[in-house]
Amino acid sequence: MEAILDTYKTTKLEDVKIWFKAASVNDFPIDGGACVKYKDKQIAVFNFERLGKWYACQNVCPHKMEMVLSRGMIGDDKGAPKVACPLHKKTFSLENGENLNGDIDAIATYPVKIEEDNVYIGFAE
Amino acid sequence: MYKYVIMKHIIVVGNGMVGYKFCEKFIAQSNNEDFKITVFGEEPRPAYDRVHLSEFFENQNAKALEMAPAEWYVDNGITLITGERVADINRTDKKITTAKDREFSYDYLVMATGSSPFVPPIKGVEKEGVFVYRTIEDLEGMLAYAAKLNKEKPNARAAVLGGGLLGLEAGKAVLDMGLEPHIVEFAPKLMPRQLDSRSSQVLKLKLESIGLNIHLSKATNQILGDKFITGMEFGEDDVLDVDMLIISAGIRPRDELAKACGLEVGVRGGIVVDNTMKTSDDSIYAIGEIALYNQMIYGLVAPGYDMAEVAVKQITGNIDDTMVDTIDMSTKLKLIGVDVASFGEPFMPASKGHSIIFENKTEYLYKRINVSLDGKSLLGGILVGDASDYNMLHQMYLNGMAIPENAAQLILPASDGASAFGDVTDLPDEAQVCSCESVTKGQICSAIENGEATDVAGVVACTKAGTGCGGCKPMVADLTNATLKSLGITVKEGVCEHFDLSRQDLYKIIQVKGYTTFNEVLDNHGNGGHGCELCKPLVASLMASINADTANKEYTIQDSNDRFLANIQRNGTYSVVPRVPGGEITPEKLIALGEIAKKYDLYTKITGGVRIDLFGATLNQLPLIWKELISHGFESGHAYGKSLRTVKTCVGSTWCRYGMDESVSFGIELENRYRGIRAPHKIKGGVSGCIRECAEARGKDFGLIAVEGGWNLYLGGNGGANPRHAELFAEQIDNETVIKYLDRYLMFYMRTAKPLQRTAAWQERLEGGLDYLKEVIIEDTLGIAEDLEKEMQTLVNKFECEWTQAINNPEMMKRFSHFVNSEDEDDNLVFVPMRDQKMPEPWN
Repeated sequence: MEAILDTYKTTKLEDVKIWFKAASVNDFPIDGGACVKYKDKQIAVFNFERLGKWYACQNVCPHKMEMVLSRGMIGDDKGAPKVACPLHKKTFSLENGENLNGDIDAIATYPVKIEEDNVYIGFAE
Repeated sequence: MYKYVIMKHIIVVGNGMVGYKFCEKFIAQSNNEDFKITVFGEEPRPAYDRVHLSEFFENQNAKALEMAPAEWYVDNGITLITGERVADINRTDKKITTAKDREFSYDYLVMATGSSPFVPPIKGVEKEGVFVYRTIEDLEGMLAYAAKLNKEKPNARAAVLGGGLLGLEAGKAVLDMGLEPHIVEFAPKLMPRQLDSRSSQVLKLKLESIGLNIHLSKATNQILGDKFITGMEFGEDDVLDVDMLIISAGIRPRDELAKACGLEVGVRGGIVVDNTMKTSDDSIYAIGEIALYNQMIYGLVAPGYDMAEVAVKQITGNIDDTMVDTIDMSTKLKLIGVDVASFGEPFMPASKGHSIIFENKTEYLYKRINVSLDGKSLLGGILVGDASDYNMLHQMYLNGMAIPENAAQLILPASDGASAFGDVTDLPDEAQVCSCESVTKGQICSAIENGEATDVAGVVACTKAGTGCGGCKPMVADLTNATLKSLGITVKEGVCEHFDLSRQDLYKIIQVKGYTTFNEVLDNHGNGGHGCELCKPLVASLMASINADTANKEYTIQDSNDRFLANIQRNGTYSVVPRVPGGEITPEKLIALGEIAKKYDLYTKITGGVRIDLFGATLNQLPLIWKELISHGFESGHAYGKSLRTVKTCVGSTWCRYGMDESVSFGIELENRYRGIRAPHKIKGGVSGCIRECAEARGKDFGLIAVEGGWNLYLGGNGGANPRHAELFAEQIDNETVIKYLDRYLMFYMRTAKPLQRTAAWQERLEGGLDYLKEVIIEDTLGIAEDLEKEMQTLVNKFECEWTQAINNPEMMKRFSHFVNSEDEDDNLVFVPMRDQKMPEPWN
């Protein structure tokens, strides 16, 4: 079951080889998220409008391996942007993927860029 | 006879912080009816907070820096024209012409054009990669350039020309952009205007320890590079290779307009004003960094705000309000995380007094106070590394307060934990706590004593203390807490790190202010963060309890279940529960439920609340299922909400041979009355037709049992982890009285309970217990019964089925799709068979 986690590896900006055009910025809720399908991957993408930033991470919550993080609520933990899983409220940093309220494995994060009102997610493959 | 007044027209030239403050003060002025204001701003956006400009590098949120949104000007009758520079002033005809060649007449002209960065005439400053640090557009330019550098060149370097206050701010920006930071200063020390040599040295060591490279006594001869900057040349063989340069070498007043129309200006720039802020033309005023007052330009925001106030007073005829003679230039800042402060006379000559200096370079600390020759008063000082005592020292200086015999105590590290300052409450009432907004200690304390404010956020809202540079916030908090304590008020508990307010306080605030979005509540009453999974659903619930908002309105602040109007289950699929009021259902509806469950292959079960639950629906299926349910006459059952679930009933006197009353009819009536109403937690009801109590009504939040002569009403029961029987509240009352008491009870609970507190826990912790509850609800001792009933009736009248609302609105429907870029379902779902139905694959 955990094999699913191997699909998701944090991708740094400098390692991006493919910028995948996911959808229009208007397809994402303000200060909320939605899920993007890329090949066999599910990526949660968040429009953190209060910070003026976009974030992307794996959609699967490493706690119970369910594809739910895009439906989670975003906010901040002492200033650090985070998402709370809708199932058990495990929270993860959107900046580095760390689990903020426990010791679950970190989630993989991906770079996002916005060009001409389109949302692009950066992948290494 | 008609009496009419010709409105006088004030034109404000410049929409910076001080220009904005003029408008704000004008609106607050009592006799302002006969004036109208037009403001011209050269920049594309309304005035923003330049003091906190470096925050833009952290969040790139220009909106957050705005002094007030564009709507604020509209709401207050001010015409704001941005992106249009005033190009000419015709003083004879009292007219201005803009860069777009439009003419406007004025009665009064207020010059608030501020300043522009001074760019020294160095060869090569025009090269790409050289920036100034003043506007959001400047910052956007830097960010774009830095992003390009970061991509093309690892370890790119950026220098800041100027080691003053703004230069160090810009140094922070360079750090935030991920470039290697260098500070280049012409003088032999940093912050030459505020710091002495020793404190400047301590600051330099501290900044170097966090990675800044500091180059002092460097005069830049030229900027190197062809098209782009590649370096700075200081002398022969003295070159610093850099890829970007931010010039922050001081400011120059924007007085070209004033010069062109012949207003008197100073030798080194700035429009000459007297202590009424009037220029050499009686109809023209000048405020802020453009005004030359006492032969000085004041680059701080506090004197600018004072000038705005004086100009407002003068124009509205309060001619006795003038500018003070000497302006306090004390200042406290956090530069790149390092405290720096100076107050009074930081560099006092030895003839006027003695200096006491504490220096500890290992911890990058420097403190200096200047004490009068007689040792009785404080004349000024400098703090680097730790400015936590600044507010008290500054107050002592401003108010000429007595200092301890051994003045060194004021800056020496406390050995026994005792403070040498005494208490904030010892300050005189006239002590100015917030110098940006000129708020005194007396004003802060009386705001609390008069009941205008009950906490720090309230004090800030009604006095404006702390809304400028924010340096006085700790002192405002101390004063607020001390005053509350002196009044015997305990400091309230906040709901999470984003709000210091309790649920009850937030309830009142949202009700009184009429807020309708989470951001309004957070921005006006929060602690400056962005919310979390605790406060967002709470505020959503409060707005629903107050405004009858459905969960469709702002679905991203709703809790997991409310967000998709369904109950999320183990594998991320949902369960669907339509309302079956009182548990009464026709065979046709039962069949419809079965057909729909079969069609979508849903696991089906009767719930604990005697309803039918359909499990295993995907996000994409939810609207399809609901369309069918609604077409068969069902509506949302709110099983996903902190709201009324069911009113469980026994069959009652219509069929049962023991029944005393129609429990089903009354149960249905109650369920339909309170359906959809959001509360601190879920609410369940029960109605039994006789004392055999088949509906288990005493295990519910509210329960009714039919007896001879009416209903017995029980309140505050609970099943769950801590079972509790509901308490008998009233006996033998009729249907109408039941509804009256229930309206009042539920509304009182909704107003005062803690977040996620069931009625049982709330009632148990209610001071005075059941007797108090009876006094409030039956005898109306608080005089709120009528309000409670009215509020409840409003909610009842506004009820709307959320699912019907959602499926008829394409915008609300957008969220019911697993992928934003594909119609596919979640391919991760695995179901396994179980007793002729399906279930999710178990978790490991």
